[in-house]
Amino acid sequence: MSDLDRETRDALAELLLSMADDEFVLGFWDSEWTGIAPILEEDVAMSSVSQDEIGHAKALYELLAELTGDDADRIAFGRPPEGYRHAALMNHARTDWAFSIARRFLYEHADAVRLESLAASAYQPLADLAVKMRREETYHILHFDLWLRRLAEGGDDSHARLVAAIEQLWPDAQAVFAPLAGEACLVAARILPESLEPLRARWLERVAGRLQAAHLPVPTDAGGPAADGRTRRTDEFAWLHGEFTTVSGSEVGATW
Amino acid sequence: MVAAAPPRESAVWSALAEIADPEIPAISLVDLGVIRGFAFAPMPSGGERLTVELMPTFVGCPAIDVMRGQIGARLTELRVADEVTVELTFTEPWTSDRITPAGREALRVSGFAPPMTIGSTFSGDSLTVLPIATCPYCASRNTTLENPFGPTLCRAIYHCADCRQPFEAFKPV
Repeated sequence: MSDLDRETRDALAELLLSMADDEFVLGFWDSEWTGIAPILEEDVAMSSVSQDEIGHAKALYELLAELTGDDADRIAFGRPPEGYRHAALMNHARTDWAFSIARRFLYEHADAVRLESLAASAYQPLADLAVKMRREETYHILHFDLWLRRLAEGGDDSHARLVAAIEQLWPDAQAVFAPLAGEACLVAARILPESLEPLRARWLERVAGRLQAAHLPVPTDAGGPAADGRTRRTDEFAWLHGEFTTVSGSEVGATW
Repeated sequence: MVAAAPPRESAVWSALAEIADPEIPAISLVDLGVIRGFAFAPMPSGGERLTVELMPTFVGCPAIDVMRGQIGARLTELRVADEVTVELTFTEPWTSDRITPAGREALRVSGFAPPMTIGSTFSGDSLTVLPIATCPYCASRNTTLENPFGPTLCRAIYHCADCRQPFEAFKPV
């Protein structure tokens, strides 16, 4: 599909960048748990999950680089903080364990809904990658569904922290499905088999069902993603950006 | 598959079968099932290019670049083509069902429980991806999953209640 017209190509580039940045930034945040997670098994698990996400980001940046004639490392590390397009959900620091689990729970289900749909994308390289990534993400879903239950039923402290984190993250989690500028064009080309709003509805249903099963409150409908859901950046993200560009910034041409 | 292969193709398969997986050296890249195939094609500048299709076990597997390097170096040594290229492919997903019977035995002998066979559909339910593993040391099924995530992306950690050994299992994926 190198014969994409310019408008479709730009729209596809925006989609790939948004997905890659979601995985990349969350992978970096949660890699911070390596060595300091509540139990040893979680040091290993969170590191492994983060490695998966950064690997997925790399594959998506490479698809994007091929599409636009750019370089994957340049895209990953060569932008200022305001050039990133991750959902506002990934703007927050890792905070405490309940907060990180709440974010992973909300994100993993959003990512699953997105990948299920993209497995039927007319852009074959993306469809192929989505099929492969889904098999790996299955492990993430099982793991974080389990942690949601553990914290929900673990005691007053873990329950209260989890409820507060879900409440706080709820509006920004909608932003995973924030409309893309070229979305209509992607749907017309069947690159996005469905627009993002019905995907958000499917995600809401899944997440609400699991929250109810864990006797956790379901936050009231946030009324859809904010218009700046993928462009708003925070000081916390600016700090993380400084961390993950340390090597590329100090050694020009360094590769990961 | 190799019965009628011309000598040059056989030589390439044999060379690939000598390359060990960088993370689990007991198993070769061919037995791991990560080689989708290869083809010779003339280059516009003259001469011939050998292109190998490599299927990553996990998208983020950090051993991929090591594998690519080893395949390129080994096949260049063979001098069966003027240039050798190793391409990553996701055209079909690598699944743990691609590990050959010889590969599964090599895993078991070196202390890894081979993955449960998934079949053509990947339902993603917990019984499919987190099954009971057979202890590679004493063959007991009296084992428990300690952690679905292990020291590399493709491994989970189990414990055997009979011989009281921790062991690793290759994840079904």
